[in-house]
Amino acid sequence: MTDPLLDVRNLRVAYPSAHGYSDALRGISFTLGREKLGIVGESGSGKSTAGRAIMRLLPPKARVSADALRLSDVDLLTASEAQMRDIRGGRVAMILQDPRYALNPLKTVGAQIMESYRIHTRAGRAEARDRTLAMLEDVHIRDPRRVVDLYPHELSGGMGQRVMIAMMLIASPELVIADEPTSALDVTVRGQILEILNERVEAQGAGLILISHDLPLVSDFCDRVLVMYGGQVMEELAARDLSQATHPYTVSLHASLPPLDHAVDELIVPEYDPSWLTEIRK
Amino acid sequence: MTDTPATPARQSLRDWLQAPTASSPRQARAQAFWRGWQRLIANRAALAGLIVLVLLVAMAVIGPYLTPYSPLQQDLTARLQPPSAQHWLGTDDLGRDILTRILYGARITLMMALLVAAIAGPIGLAVGATAGYLGGWFDIVAMRLVDVFLSFPSLILALAFVAALGPGIENAVIAISLSAWPPIARLARAEALTVRKSDYIAAARLQGASSMRLILKHVMPICLPSVVVRVTLNMAGIILTAAGLGFLGLGAQPPSPEWGAMLASGRQFMLTSWWLAATPGAAIMLVSLAFNLLGDGLRDVLDPRND
Amino acid sequence: MSAPSLEIADLSIAFGHGRARVQAVDRASFSVAPGDAFGIIGESGSGKSTILRAVTGLLDDYEGGVLIDGQMAPRPRARAFFKTVQMVFQDPYGSLHPRRMIRATLMEPLEIYRLDRRDDRIAQVLVDVGLAPEYAYRYPHQLSGGQRQRVAVARALLLEPRILLLDEPTSALDVSVQAGVLNVLNALRRARGLTYVMVSHDLRVIAHMCSRIAVMTQGRIVEEMSVEDLRAQRAQEQYTRTLIAASRAAVTAE
Repeated sequence: MTDPLLDVRNLRVAYPSAHGYSDALRGISFTLGREKLGIVGESGSGKSTAGRAIMRLLPPKARVSADALRLSDVDLLTASEAQMRDIRGGRVAMILQDPRYALNPLKTVGAQIMESYRIHTRAGRAEARDRTLAMLEDVHIRDPRRVVDLYPHELSGGMGQRVMIAMMLIASPELVIADEPTSALDVTVRGQILEILNERVEAQGAGLILISHDLPLVSDFCDRVLVMYGGQVMEELAARDLSQATHPYTVSLHASLPPLDHAVDELIVPEYDPSWLTEIRK
Repeated sequence: MTDTPATPARQSLRDWLQAPTASSPRQARAQAFWRGWQRLIANRAALAGLIVLVLLVAMAVIGPYLTPYSPLQQDLTARLQPPSAQHWLGTDDLGRDILTRILYGARITLMMALLVAAIAGPIGLAVGATAGYLGGWFDIVAMRLVDVFLSFPSLILALAFVAALGPGIENAVIAISLSAWPPIARLARAEALTVRKSDYIAAARLQGASSMRLILKHVMPICLPSVVVRVTLNMAGIILTAAGLGFLGLGAQPPSPEWGAMLASGRQFMLTSWWLAATPGAAIMLVSLAFNLLGDGLRDVLDPRND
Repeated sequence: MSAPSLEIADLSIAFGHGRARVQAVDRASFSVAPGDAFGIIGESGSGKSTILRAVTGLLDDYEGGVLIDGQMAPRPRARAFFKTVQMVFQDPYGSLHPRRMIRATLMEPLEIYRLDRRDDRIAQVLVDVGLAPEYAYRYPHQLSGGQRQRVAVARALLLEPRILLLDEPTSALDVSVQAGVLNVLNALRRARGLTYVMVSHDLRVIAHMCSRIAVMTQGRIVEEMSVEDLRAQRAQEQYTRTLIAASRAAVTAE
């Protein structure tokens, strides 16, 4: 294995609040190769902040620091805004929860995908259109020639998320960050979307970070999982070992899910140990 | 008891207001008010507006006791005197002290503005919230009425009313109120429309709440902040309209020291004695500006989207 | 055999007119015995929440029957109806009035029905849902999602209804918070003998809470089954099988 695609060391983010700064991320570290990494946590754990910090999409008031935040050869901490524009959408793509809000409602699907391709490749119109059609076919849209001319409101949720994936992956990014990509979708289309995402990422040899609150989903889909709580990584483990997790937070998170196979009288409500919030020193 | 250090009452009040959890409804309300107040005074411009308005009210209340002159007492030997140690803002064409007249005029102006707000605000709020919540024929009738009122410039409308009712401060107040409520009603209706389908209204309906109760206790509190902001911002316009009516001789009648009327009579002497027109003009401007700044600040404080 | 606590008979609801007409619910029927928990599972747009709104009368334009204890529910709903049937809404951030103190929100039904010992009742119901009585003196924005949903449950319980309609009560909450709220709901049902009708898209939640389950898609109840059949994956209809398979995929597939 060569150099990691993404190297994050001691990443800290703080937002201004009524009383000075409040920490959203308190020193998280991980590396990512061409693999699928899951970041799991509940609301407020800092999982989305981590994704946005990598894209440098945090509000300007946020205070960001890290010992290292590198995308292969680029230092994301010091990169200029012009470099970042190139990276966002070009080398790093981000897929958000709800395609209805992430797509421009006034432009056709095709125009938006073509635009994102041409921004990053300098391709001509005809080539961009061909690539767009091919890409829509790659995300298993049956009739790309019809879908190209649709507006976002004419798409179903699952279709919208396929379009998002097509749009985000058309410039062949090295890293894809998917922030709750299936939470807004019905359970029967979730599987298809993840399948498509997996297929595309593997075909293009990209790295993937899947940010989710859904422990079973992440453990099923990813190779490795980071479990986050209170802005820190509680535990990092191989996805298939999730059922043998050792950290009490991961264990209780797992146990609080209602089981499908058998009945239980009472669900286990996680009890939080205040010591988890004290900073882990390395 | 003696080993507890004596804390000044002020300190403990602050603690009470800043306690992380309230333990009585009174404290909860006081805390909510306190947080809003903190946000308001954190906004410099709004604070400036508030201070100017407080000073103005104070001046209107106690000012007349501070000046040795009467606003109506003429002194033809001291006509058109420029600002001096004796007459800080000079005298007018009948020898009356302008500062005194401005102070007395502040009472009239503020009284008119507050009366208009007290009439137009509640009417607009009630009509708008009811129309927005109920919809149907009430909404149609009320909003067409609003359209009719809105199709005239407010000063023209006020002019027409005063012309019909006869000149005078009371009639000016009625006229301005009649032209001031429709925009407020429209605003309140827009707010009501956004909440009528909300879950908390539905939940209250399931508690057996009547339409009356829903409008009064649920819809109106939601509309109130934007109405307060709008009325505050409108104050400037109300004062200008009042001054405009006074200027045109349809509001306060001479010798009343109303600012608009003062401005109108000072107009003839503008080239020779500028202070006659400039002083009431500046007063009108200052008060309008103060209301606008305060209104902007209130918008930031009261808008729940900023929570 | 007593009459079912709640019965829905041939309920149909359509939105819009002419070409834009959408049949949201199409001849749905089910009945729930007293003290039972009935679940309706379906995906977005299946019409499951629409049924609950029709039961409460929030949605008045329906065909068919809503029967409480064998009696046709009055249209429009009379006040007495709400002493029998209450509902908890999906979004805890939208179902509490943002500018009213929790105490005012909870005081409302007590005022409307002129009940006595108001402060005692509020304190008691807050304790029942697992909150300290001091929470009455907070505003909604000072509460977490789980706490808000507990307040919403408390509000629904104040009138001591026998039937509680639950519209995806935990879908906006984290799983750890969801566990607490579901535990409270289960404990309340046992302690007070309540009848539940719960709507959800989450098979796990429905299976945990309910003993009988209706599967809805495109406005129709395609299958009604017991929770044991659901757990054992004994489904008759293709759609139910797909739904169960998709919900289980994340657990079993390797």
